[in-house]
Amino acid sequence: MTARTVPTVAALTVQEAARRRVLRALAVLTVVLLALSAWGFSRIDAEFGGLTSGEARLAAATVLNLVMFGLSLIAALGTAFLAGPTVAGDVESGVALAVLARPVRRGAVLLGKWLGLVVFGCGFVAVAGLTQLLIVLATTGYWPPDPLTGLALLAAQAVVLLTLGLLLSTVISPMASGIVAVGLFGATWIAGVVGEIGAAFGNESVARVGTVSRMLLPTDGLWRGAMNAFQDPALLTRFSDAFRGHPFLSEVTPTPAYLGWAGVWVALVLGLAVIAFTRRDL
Amino acid sequence: MTAGPSGETAARLLAELPPSPAVWCSGLRKRYRRRTAVEDVSFSVGRGEVVGLLGPNGAGKTSVVKILLGLVRPDAGEVLLLGRPAQDPRARARVGYLPELFRYQPWLSADEVLRLHVRLTGAAVPEGERRECLALVGLADRAGDRVGGFSKGMQQRLGLAVALVARPELVVLDEPTSALDPLGRADVRDLLLSLKAREVAVLVNSHLISEVERVCDRVVILDKGRLAASGTLQELLGQQEVRLRLDGVTARAEARLAAAGGLTREGNSFTIALADEDTATVPDLVADLVALGVRVHAVEPARITLEERLLGILRTGSGGERP
Repeated sequence: MTARTVPTVAALTVQEAARRRVLRALAVLTVVLLALSAWGFSRIDAEFGGLTSGEARLAAATVLNLVMFGLSLIAALGTAFLAGPTVAGDVESGVALAVLARPVRRGAVLLGKWLGLVVFGCGFVAVAGLTQLLIVLATTGYWPPDPLTGLALLAAQAVVLLTLGLLLSTVISPMASGIVAVGLFGATWIAGVVGEIGAAFGNESVARVGTVSRMLLPTDGLWRGAMNAFQDPALLTRFSDAFRGHPFLSEVTPTPAYLGWAGVWVALVLGLAVIAFTRRDL
Repeated sequence: MTAGPSGETAARLLAELPPSPAVWCSGLRKRYRRRTAVEDVSFSVGRGEVVGLLGPNGAGKTSVVKILLGLVRPDAGEVLLLGRPAQDPRARARVGYLPELFRYQPWLSADEVLRLHVRLTGAAVPEGERRECLALVGLADRAGDRVGGFSKGMQQRLGLAVALVARPELVVLDEPTSALDPLGRADVRDLLLSLKAREVAVLVNSHLISEVERVCDRVVILDKGRLAASGTLQELLGQQEVRLRLDGVTARAEARLAAAGGLTREGNSFTIALADEDTATVPDLVADLVALGVRVHAVEPARITLEERLLGILRTGSGGERP
């Protein structure tokens, strides 16, 4: 029964994501960002002719990370605003009544929705991220050292955020869950930057802000790992000062323990979402 | 599984048992914070039986329906659907449901909605049967259209198709005609009668008492979350009455009238609550009255309507006596 429900609901969720207006908005945003970045990268090459090759690479890596941040933000907004309506919206509108009166377990329905959103979020990151990397390759000739790890970490970040969005949408309204999820995502990112600045100035208590926030919501730690995978490793040795407290450059890759924690975090939050949804009166 | 002699006996005994009711619930209770929505509600719906759930707004009808379908968790009480405890989702495998708040995925077409529900049920319903189901509710030519473009009435019709598509043995309809025009209501009535003919059990919650009266075998009346009355229409509405308009009624004639049943008189109008269901009672009475020299102007069958009965129960708050 569960084996039947999960794939059915997952396919339905992907279909929903593909047919809703959110997708069109997401596509437009992505195309705009990609077009802007293509133009920007071509300008870096044309305008900064006087830069040394190393400086040009630093600029390209920074801008690439900046654009990737834009993409991750679109992925975050997109998945959070898809995760909200898919549970809270269905409950509010009454769509959930007919579906949950079928011989299905609520946990299986929620798991199916999560799986559908994961497929959608990862698909988006893969397609948009790869396009971006190809644009950079075509305009500046730069190819990141570890694009697969970078994209995988970006996808993991989207998964973390949509799982949070799903939990929120089982307890609060669709719009509020999207806003809270994106707000927390932004707050963690800022806390991460603050923590980096603290580390750069050797202030431990400020640095701890970043560490703690990265544990509470693993999006920022995964994002920093993704940045690290996109930038040229040679930069770290030549421009190590530039990395100190830089919001769009990162000197660390996530440790296996941290990745494990991110996995546990997702499982815990998903488990909480299932419990909240199962206990809810519709 | 090995089927030894004792296993065979058990299987035979099980098969010989009368089928468990389509719905059986006992002692249902639900409170939302301090407000009691449902209190000690018990009733059952037999296989193939059509039962109407009646009551004023806020009586707890929809809460009861949602508890039966596992959408709301009761604070107390037990539910069996088609013989299985309702906590087990498989109890709903042969149950169709039209919610009061009927909405279907607006980005799907009508046929895709049916396909989704068939898949969730785990049944195998061929395309032809799904089409028939849509045709039954008058949506045959809209199968490929997105639900988002449907009017409320069409969405309710789709909801009926969803409730019926997976070959249910029990159909629960919560206000099935709330968005329908008179023609649609007549369609729903026909639909209920056809379900009854196919021995599909139906629990229908409706404000349209006259329709409930026409199709239901039994009625359950809720008031303020409690069971106010339940029974067959016959039990609830009591025996048949006959109203006569007469002239020249003598004492002997009046005694003859009283012999036919409980008599009430208002001027020339006499109402008799008939003591038995014998079809010869009224013609015999009229023949005797004419023989006694009474002039008979009118003889009309009278029956208290379900609506009057319902209002009586709700106003006096008593389920036992007739108003």
